[in-house]
Amino acid sequence: MNVVIIKYKGGNIRSVDFALKRLGVDAEITSDPDKIKAADRVIFPGVGEASSTMNYLKVTGLDQLIKELKQPVLGICLGMQLMCRHSEEGDVDCLGIFDVPVKRFDASKAKEQSLKVPHMGWNRILDLKTDLFKEVKEQDYVYFVHSYYVPASEFAAATCHYVQPYSAALHYKNFYATQFHPEKSGDVGEQILKNFINLNY
Amino acid sequence: MVAKRIIPCLDIKNGETVKGVNFVNIQSVGDPVELGAFYAEQGADELVFLDITATHEGRKTFVELVERIARHINIPFTVGGGISEISDAEKLLNAGADKVSINSSAVRNPQLIDDLARNFGSQFVVVAIDARMNDENLWQVTVNGGRIPTEKELFSWAKEAENRGAGEILFTSMNHDGTKNGFANRELARMSDELSIPIIASGGAGNMDHFVDVFTEGKADAGLAASIFHYKEVAIPELKNYLKQQNINVR
Repeated sequence: MNVVIIKYKGGNIRSVDFALKRLGVDAEITSDPDKIKAADRVIFPGVGEASSTMNYLKVTGLDQLIKELKQPVLGICLGMQLMCRHSEEGDVDCLGIFDVPVKRFDASKAKEQSLKVPHMGWNRILDLKTDLFKEVKEQDYVYFVHSYYVPASEFAAATCHYVQPYSAALHYKNFYATQFHPEKSGDVGEQILKNFINLNY
Repeated sequence: MVAKRIIPCLDIKNGETVKGVNFVNIQSVGDPVELGAFYAEQGADELVFLDITATHEGRKTFVELVERIARHINIPFTVGGGISEISDAEKLLNAGADKVSINSSAVRNPQLIDDLARNFGSQFVVVAIDARMNDENLWQVTVNGGRIPTEKELFSWAKEAENRGAGEILFTSMNHDGTKNGFANRELARMSDELSIPIIASGGAGNMDHFVDVFTEGKADAGLAASIFHYKEVAIPELKNYLKQQNINVR
């Protein structure tokens, strides 16, 4: 199994690599288009700011490349948001793999519910769909850190409640994505990463 | 609902765990990776590792330790101590740290908060504030482990840190730290009302009820403690069960 983690500026990419290593998977961290295209599994991680990262993807041509991938791709956090149509963070057009917008949590709505922005910490996921969540239980806890979110949509593979219900994971064809960080979500997260590696393709 | 977080804090000197009682009289309590993995297994929601080493050699040891932590532990962790420029934080990020905490260096150079947030995102930046109530009933921010008082006032500094891009505030009351009489709940609640980012409460945890209080009266998003966990006065599984019984949402 040849697993590639897409390397780009910013972001805690190593924690994804370390999590895979704990599962016995040796991934390659690279931005080489040929290596990404040839991989069996591609992970598109992300921590950072949407518009500057999107700009970087465009300059390097990674934007086209990611859209055209045919093998299973897993976007994580900002990675997931960049796979959507448009992000309010820096008002930027994104890859458009998932035809959904990325919005900022409404601070005043959050305040009314005594909630903080960013949404930071462990929260429950539910309405679990696809093999990505095999052996994961409804209402299991995973780790989130984000100020922008994808509203509930037909692409949702999991839902989370914070300020309002929103998409905690997305799925379309060979593209999977999680708003939370499986690499930081303890045993549940490791199961999800394992499921991604073991997807039938 | 997002769960209230329980965060054990490990002080590190020359690659080993220590806990200062009132920041003096340090005793060693074990290997940081082993202790961290144990806490993760027990249900800790995050970990904080604070490097209290002052030497250059010790710093290098700490970066190596951070990488070892990242390899072995599957929950988020924050590292702090001695971060005064972007490059310090970048080394820790590259070693696998999820967040950095800055304290004295942010007081001396507030622009550091903006720079870190812009380069690595707000989620990466925890601003730690040590404050003590002075003789005029004002909460005065201190630096260098509480030893040096500054001109800054707690609440305005916390707000400034948020405005500059901090993702979380870690507030330690020096009046409560080491007392085991409970957290500074009134101040924590006020901070929670005035700010919109998560607040981590630190200083004063002595028993399980103190955590109930800090999450209800104190409105804190996370409770941090060291010695009560290290010396097994409170075990995390029992603490979480107790909090659940008190209708506090924990993982």
